[in-house]
Amino acid sequence: MSTLNNQTEQVKEISGVNPLKCMKCGKCSASCPSFNEMDIKPHQFVSYVQNEDIEALVNSKSLWKCLSCFACVERCPRDVKPGKLIDAARQIVIRQKGQDYLSPNEIPELLDPEIPQQLLVSAFRRYRR
Amino acid sequence: MQRIGVFVCHCGTNIAATVDVAKVAEMALNEQGVVHAEDYQYMCSEAGQAKIQAAIKEKNLTGIVVCSCSPRMHETTFREAAERAGLNPYMVEIANIREHCSWIHKDVEEATKKAVILMRAAVAKVNLNAPLKPGESRVTKRALVIGGGIAGIQTALDIADAGYKVDIVEKTPSIGGRMSQLDKTFPTLDCSACILTPKMVEVNKHENVTIYTYSEVEKVSGFVGDFTVDIRKKARSVDMDKCTGCGVCQEKCPSKKTLSEFNRGLNTRSAIYTPFAQAIPNVPVIDRDSCMKFQTGKCGVCSKVCQAGAIDYEQQDEIITEKYGAIVVATGFDMIKLDNYDEYAYSQSPDVITSLELERVMNAAGPTKGHLERLSDGKAPKEMVFIQCVGSRCSDDRGKSYCSKICCMYTAKHAMLIRDKYPDVNVTVFYIDVRTPGKNFDEFYRRAVEDYGVNYIKGQVGKVIPQPDGKLLVRGVDLIDNKQILKEADMVVLAAAIEPNPDVRKIATMLTASIDTNNFLTEAHAKLRPVESPTAGIFLSGVCQGPKDIPETVSQAGAAAVKAIGLLAKDKLMTNPCTAHSDELMCNGCSQCANVCPYGAISYEVKEINDHGVRETRRVAVVNNALCQGCGACTVTCPSGAMDLQGFSNRQILAEVDAICR
Repeated sequence: MSTLNNQTEQVKEISGVNPLKCMKCGKCSASCPSFNEMDIKPHQFVSYVQNEDIEALVNSKSLWKCLSCFACVERCPRDVKPGKLIDAARQIVIRQKGQDYLSPNEIPELLDPEIPQQLLVSAFRRYRR
Repeated sequence: MQRIGVFVCHCGTNIAATVDVAKVAEMALNEQGVVHAEDYQYMCSEAGQAKIQAAIKEKNLTGIVVCSCSPRMHETTFREAAERAGLNPYMVEIANIREHCSWIHKDVEEATKKAVILMRAAVAKVNLNAPLKPGESRVTKRALVIGGGIAGIQTALDIADAGYKVDIVEKTPSIGGRMSQLDKTFPTLDCSACILTPKMVEVNKHENVTIYTYSEVEKVSGFVGDFTVDIRKKARSVDMDKCTGCGVCQEKCPSKKTLSEFNRGLNTRSAIYTPFAQAIPNVPVIDRDSCMKFQTGKCGVCSKVCQAGAIDYEQQDEIITEKYGAIVVATGFDMIKLDNYDEYAYSQSPDVITSLELERVMNAAGPTKGHLERLSDGKAPKEMVFIQCVGSRCSDDRGKSYCSKICCMYTAKHAMLIRDKYPDVNVTVFYIDVRTPGKNFDEFYRRAVEDYGVNYIKGQVGKVIPQPDGKLLVRGVDLIDNKQILKEADMVVLAAAIEPNPDVRKIATMLTASIDTNNFLTEAHAKLRPVESPTAGIFLSGVCQGPKDIPETVSQAGAAAVKAIGLLAKDKLMTNPCTAHSDELMCNGCSQCANVCPYGAISYEVKEINDHGVRETRRVAVVNNALCQGCGACTVTCPSGAMDLQGFSNRQILAEVDAICR
């Protein structure tokens, strides 16, 4: 339980999000381009964090289906920003694997024509120290 | 030497749970002049007041300190109780140990310490208090109502019916306000104009009511019972006495390109215009910014066609100065601008409209003569999508934090009316919550769902994407089915948040009425004085105080009228004796006090002064006690210490500070 709690606190700290502000309007899920690919939907991220079930988020498909396009972050009327929550859960996984560093030199070999440009920019923004 | 009694209130557990009240009473006995101290559960109760009165009589008290809630709450209560026991009411001081102490602290020991200090300061002040006698001021038996919408009309009618004179100042060329723009009203679906226009006629015909349309309040001075107001009557360019309201000028006016404010910019109007057919007064105005005569000097068609010779291009703005006893603010609301909501494509597609625009579209006198049609191509829509809470309930900086309250009901109304008149049109409503508290309100909403088949979807819309074929692709979510929805719509209607009329800031400043962060006027007490501003003599009617629908607005308008009538019915008001006065021996006539005085209460006199045997002619400050509100701005500004405030003298304040620092 304590580790779970810890993870919840970590997600809240990394994301800077207070999930209690959510009014469950669903605008995040209405905005998400990856909605159909996801097993846990963007508006559900918030309740998973509220219910301290980070384990489920970390093991979800959604973790890797989120494009970090930030449409949900942009449009959330309550400053809850589910995109930041899933982002934080992703970071927990990445940090556990010790992969939380990205140097510009490594980028060319990671390139894949299928990867959306936003993902690269977003990754670089996050993993550059 | 004063004989002071200290009374410590428990306020149930409000104070007693955090402050050791018995200790505060015990400590009070050590203070200078204190001859009596006690604590009691509810000092403001009948029994509590009786305790105070008994002590005043038995111990011959010359002053009392009540350690209780804020003086805003019960200062008057305790002053009146003391007065009934024969004590001058200004010998009563309140130590606020609730709002300033028990409510904001947790630690009992620390809070008790602070309560004792607050008590000490109050005792120190009472030691220097002197009995004060309030003066009297007269009441002008005339009320001003700012705003001529349904709120202002109802308030004016109620005050006028009670036999008092009322003036309405309305900014636009006609009274009627937002309600005149509506098509039907919930939950009865009566036509808005049919129930409003009789009231407009009634108020216009009432012998006690004077209406100034196309006019604005420019300056307010004075105080409760005796306000002096300058009203700017903007040049109408049409003589109100001569005009017969035939309308030929509007027909013949060649400049017809200005967007109609009344129709929310959905069509255009002429430069000389009345906002709508039932306008009161039925006298047009010339909008000088779009009139060719005023812009280029060429034209003058309206003057030529006017049989009554009413057109007057030379007319000037007129300033009317009038005295009022009471002022009611009824400035109403507007919808928020949707510039920051690009995702709904409001500025990209003419088929994405606000609910108020839909009211005009549905109205027989509107731009489409009441036919539901797309504004882009005039085609009848088959799929309509309504989006709720656009800009309401937002904690970001794009919208408003509050619920606009009326949208759930008017959307149900729109949906129902459309399904009734056009059964082949599918109507979908995306909602977060449906909020329908009110008599027959939820039944109304359920009728829309059950009898009219309106499709309510719990979820929001993320984006509206205009398609090349003119359709609108709506991407939303159904949170119950946990599915994303893509829907092609012909029209999208946005329930945009409402906000107070932007002019209200200016008006509130003139009235020194307080206003909240959302520009709603603040009431004197949220529960017990909901139609009064904390500024005496100013009353609140309608949406300027908070979002409300028509029935609520009308009730509140009546309540504001009753409060205004209660004031106007008095012949005289007691004035606050805590006013400033200047010591002419110390005054050097520098004018700094007059510059900071918000009430214009300070003037200067040149007089002969005997300064310790030296006779000199000096310029000295003189305070008009009727105008002074006792704010104290002058006393802290005065460089020579000549200005002092009765009841809050420099000596008293410093004694309080000393007691706190002791």
